[in-house]
Amino acid sequence: MSEINAEQVAHLANLARIALTEEEIEHLTAELGQIMQAVEKVSEVATPDVPPTSHPIPMQNVFRDDVVGDILTVEQALSGAPESDGSRFVVSAILGEEQ
Amino acid sequence: MARAELMDFDEALELFEPVIGLEVHVELNTRTKMFSPAPNPANSEFHGAEPNTLVAPVDLGLPGSLPVVNGEAVRNSISLGLALGCSIAESCRFARKNYFYPDLAKNYQISQYDEPIAFEGSVEVELENGRVFQVPIERAHMEEDAGKLTHVGGSTGRIHGAEYSLVDYNRAGVPLVEIVTKPIFGGEADAPALARAYVSTIRDIVISLGISEARMERGNLRCDANVSLRRRAAAGEPAEPLGTRTETKNVNSFRSIERAVRHEIQRQAAILAKGGTITQETRHWHEDTGTTSPGRPKSDADDYRYFPEPDLLPVVPSRELVEELRAALPEPPAARRRRLKAEWGFTDLEFQGVVNGGLLVEVAETVAAGATPAAARKWWTGELSRLANARETDAASLVTPADVAELAALVEAGTLTDRLARQVLEGVADGEGSPQQVVDARGLAVVSDDGALVAAIDEALASQPDVLAKIRDGKVQAAGAVIGAVMKAMQGKADAARVRELVLERAASTGADA
Repeated sequence: MSEINAEQVAHLANLARIALTEEEIEHLTAELGQIMQAVEKVSEVATPDVPPTSHPIPMQNVFRDDVVGDILTVEQALSGAPESDGSRFVVSAILGEEQ
Repeated sequence: MARAELMDFDEALELFEPVIGLEVHVELNTRTKMFSPAPNPANSEFHGAEPNTLVAPVDLGLPGSLPVVNGEAVRNSISLGLALGCSIAESCRFARKNYFYPDLAKNYQISQYDEPIAFEGSVEVELENGRVFQVPIERAHMEEDAGKLTHVGGSTGRIHGAEYSLVDYNRAGVPLVEIVTKPIFGGEADAPALARAYVSTIRDIVISLGISEARMERGNLRCDANVSLRRRAAAGEPAEPLGTRTETKNVNSFRSIERAVRHEIQRQAAILAKGGTITQETRHWHEDTGTTSPGRPKSDADDYRYFPEPDLLPVVPSRELVEELRAALPEPPAARRRRLKAEWGFTDLEFQGVVNGGLLVEVAETVAAGATPAAARKWWTGELSRLANARETDAASLVTPADVAELAALVEAGTLTDRLARQVLEGVADGEGSPQQVVDARGLAVVSDDGALVAAIDEALASQPDVLAKIRDGKVQAAGAVIGAVMKAMQGKADAARVRELVLERAASTGADA
């Protein structure tokens, strides 16, 4: 049976950039644990010779021709931005997390 | 930042064996992006676009937008995989690599994880000193590039201390192939040069396939260098385990790759020799100081929470397509170099000059257009390289191989002297037309009409009787003054050797007349 502990929940919260209080972590640890147990039931029926299904519809090789299509104007592209300098999106300072 | 302590390179190699691994990202030059129909800024047609003018809803991760795979990018990736000697997957999927950083608006990058399109290959790499390595390839997978961030504020403009960042998503979604080597052993003292030569070979391959602009300074080709050191085992002892590796990013020129690997070997050796440990981390290369500094600690793959991309269907390349692309592969760069060197009969030094000047393709095409190899080499590595340097551009952008072949033919036929030919090249580079057109328009052809030459010579001799007397006395070197005067009268459009012959002839006969 899968377990999830408070430390893992805190780590996940950090990866997802969600600030959680101690109470919330405690609460979510219990809830996520239950969700994982529910999902684990699937493994009771999945045998090693059944490959995991990622794409239930038997389709493949759907490609696009390499032809330029509709794009946005810079005004459209920035229209949903909380802040912009007229040509680029402005985001808050990011410290030491270059990917 | 304190400068890292370095061990002498030779000393480091006595104690440790360097093991390197290289990740090269290649931006494909398809017309459109990997998953959207927006123009691809890595295609020369769309260079220099204003920020956020090459974006479709998919590139901004707008709600309701769905990616569709660019079929041409898949074919290019398969060709590249084949050129790297890889097997091509019977079936493969895209995967989401999840991370929160504003260089991708979706909060994930579409990549490939456990099912790369190409895997298990090998590339032959030849070093400048002649050593040949087989570099083992682990995989080549398809993914999308991220947007560009500009950090504003703070004292240095570097990321630390930035007050805010500006994001341009033009590059987001550019088709990328990431090529990952297996650990490369046995490079020893050549490990830094091997890293450089490997990336150079990858560049040759993608250029010969025509699938990338492959300009490192533009970021079309980017290299991350993994370096670790293994302590040398005492004689008769089992091999020591592999050391902890670091990954140096931001290495954007061939020269930097070599320097960065060398620096990292020296830095790690100094730490290990003192009993310290290497932290597994990403390090940033600083071109100006020739050093690396720590970046973030390397994330576990688990932290990216990879899972199969639900918005895209599996890619199942038909064996017919794979064989069709295999049949269309160009000759491998290493084999091509060996063949051309032999065919052209160049010395090692001559051939190296062509290769290091990045002029192999130009010389080959000039020879194919009818020039002799010697003439093709001479013009490309000589006058054209000089012109390109002066104009801060590539020689290949000045004239075409056909132009050079035409020029060489004009020289061969005696229509042009080398001096005139240089003027013609300038004219061609200035867009005045083909060499023959420039010759006609500027009236640059050699005066081969002896009558005109003789007239000019007689005039020069008549106006310099003292010189004439000296020549008649057998002081042949005095003829130089007359030759100079004649060349001037002919505006340089005469073959100096022929003029000299005629001057001596006329001096003799004029003397007889007198």
